[in-house]
Amino acid sequence: MFKKLAISTAAAITLATGAFAAGGEGHIEDFDFSFEGPFGAFDQNQLQRGLQVYTEVCSACHGLKFVPIRTLADEGGPHLPEDQVRAYAAQFDIYDAALDEDVPRKPSDFFPESALENAPDLSLMAKARAGFHGPYGLGINQFVKGIGGTEYIASILTGYTGEEKEQAGVTFYENTAFPGGWIAMAPPLYGEDVEFADGHDNDLHHISADVSAFLMWTAEPKMMARKQAGVVGVLLLTLLSVLLYMTNKKLWAPHKKKH
Amino acid sequence: MGGIPHDHYEPKTKGEKWLHSRLPIVGLMYATLTAPTPKNLNWMWIWGIVLTFCLVLQIVTGIVLAMHYTPHVDNAFASVEHIMRDVNGGYMLRYMHANGASLFFVAVYAHIFRGLYYGSYKAPREVTWIIGMLIYLLMMATGFMGYVLPWGQMSFWGATVITGLFGAIPFIGESIQTLLLGGPAVDNATLNRFFSLHYLLPFVIAGLVILHIWAFHTTGNNNPTGVEVRRGSKEEAEKDTLPFWPYFVIKDLFALAVILVVFFAVVGFMPNYLGHPDNYIEANALSTPAHIVPEWYFLPFYAILRAFTSEVWVVQIASFVTGGIIDAKFFGVLAMFGAIAVMALVPWLDTSSVRSGRFRPMFKWWFALLVIDFFALMWLGAMPAEEPYASFSLIASAYWFAYFLVILPLLGVIEKPDVQPATIEEDFAAHYGGDADKSAE
Repeated sequence: MFKKLAISTAAAITLATGAFAAGGEGHIEDFDFSFEGPFGAFDQNQLQRGLQVYTEVCSACHGLKFVPIRTLADEGGPHLPEDQVRAYAAQFDIYDAALDEDVPRKPSDFFPESALENAPDLSLMAKARAGFHGPYGLGINQFVKGIGGTEYIASILTGYTGEEKEQAGVTFYENTAFPGGWIAMAPPLYGEDVEFADGHDNDLHHISADVSAFLMWTAEPKMMARKQAGVVGVLLLTLLSVLLYMTNKKLWAPHKKKH
Repeated sequence: MGGIPHDHYEPKTKGEKWLHSRLPIVGLMYATLTAPTPKNLNWMWIWGIVLTFCLVLQIVTGIVLAMHYTPHVDNAFASVEHIMRDVNGGYMLRYMHANGASLFFVAVYAHIFRGLYYGSYKAPREVTWIIGMLIYLLMMATGFMGYVLPWGQMSFWGATVITGLFGAIPFIGESIQTLLLGGPAVDNATLNRFFSLHYLLPFVIAGLVILHIWAFHTTGNNNPTGVEVRRGSKEEAEKDTLPFWPYFVIKDLFALAVILVVFFAVVGFMPNYLGHPDNYIEANALSTPAHIVPEWYFLPFYAILRAFTSEVWVVQIASFVTGGIIDAKFFGVLAMFGAIAVMALVPWLDTSSVRSGRFRPMFKWWFALLVIDFFALMWLGAMPAEEPYASFSLIASAYWFAYFLVILPLLGVIEKPDVQPATIEEDFAAHYGGDADKSAE
């Protein structure tokens, strides 16, 4: 009886969580990312391309106020050389209260906040949206795919139909991925918006995926370390379980052979 | 140990005797570790260890997290991000703490339903049960306040909704709500007192856990047959029991290790699975989320809270009789706390003389239905407050109360129980006689 109970406990928990993650009626396309699954890792080149797209396009309106610029040099992230990180930081100004003037940022400073008041900060966007709730709303596919925040962002960027409408003086753009179908953000990317130094594909699909991957990194910079810790933890505890199982069996054996 | 005859600690060396006559702490540890434990305990008796582990895990990770967290509305969200990005292993600490809360509740629900099925609440274990219910209440309070600390959108709006419940209490509600919040609305004072209490309550829980263990060490463990250990002589008792160490320690640790495999897989590979994405958006008093949903472990009682709307006839009668003092909102609050209260009172509501559900042919089915009802309520709590979910919630809530207030008292009278084994030894032999296979049960 309790075995069944345990199984239904697990099922109900997944059901409940899957259910309250649901509700977004937009269509989320399933992009393939290198960091999916328990063994997935960030693609350093893709993160660097994504950083370029973010800097040249997104940062005009959006910010990354929770991301320290120095982390661009982190291994497992974009892994930029120190001098490039310094040069990158210096292109943004920050107000220095002591000097009472704007000075160039240092790597120890954070990325600038959103320039536009109604443009949300993007630091955690890839975790603040869930693209995947399946199968059957159980959300179990998050185990291999992640919560789908990156897919959500990439789907928004590629989901514009070209239709516009005006409501109370605000222009809305039709978007197949956005809940409700109409989004206030004008299409930010059209394809070939940026030129990559290495000549990598810069069509809409590719640059959308690149910047989404970069935003996954800004949201979860320690993802790779976490997954490695998970692998080690699962392996060691599995080994411990086997050892304890054998110990337990041997310990109890004399008491179970009576009669 | 519950009057079960067993060996006692005898101080041998001079030093041991010196300490024992002043503080018999070695004797206490000896008695705890060698406690005679019914040898037929099945795998549903492992949750106590899991729960103890959870409490330690939450306290240890929590203390380190508190070293880096800032309980201020301007800095709380950013300080959590600081933990995730800059603190050594901080991402692991936080994900273990957040998912540790879920494991805690998985274990406590399994533990409670184990007790409900095997009649662990019945005399003479009522005090153990009541202390357990107090622990469960404190766990819910601690879990709720902990969820507020990251200061995300669900933190803020969850706090607003839940503290609002207290405001529904007639006459004194508003004062209680203000006291909880430290002001007219959820703000810095709220965050500060929630942080303070979130740090305090786990230690209160730890104290109650000691009482919980003390209580059931006084009565002795229940077991799947519900038949008491024989206490006539030491030899007799030893046929029914085995010492806690090493038999049950190793068994429980094995179960804990298996559970931790799953736990680490969740923490490592899908740490945000049980959380709400909206909580990665900083709290904003001007923007209400589309759906405010509590954490999964509150959903069954959240469903009961919402089930009693002003359209329900019971609510209308209550409102009419009390001259409007009990309105729909207050009725919902009463129902939610009542749902836990009836569970706490179950030792006096269950009239059956038979302890274990294993020997109660009718009870089994009603209990199975209660388990299904619990999961149904959990699912309904996550659904929007509209038809058909509202009607389902009402039916499921009604069953919850009916089980405790009507079915259990009646079953004890009309049910004809099956034959119980005379002793634990007999039950154990029936299960494992001649075979070392332990997979049964």
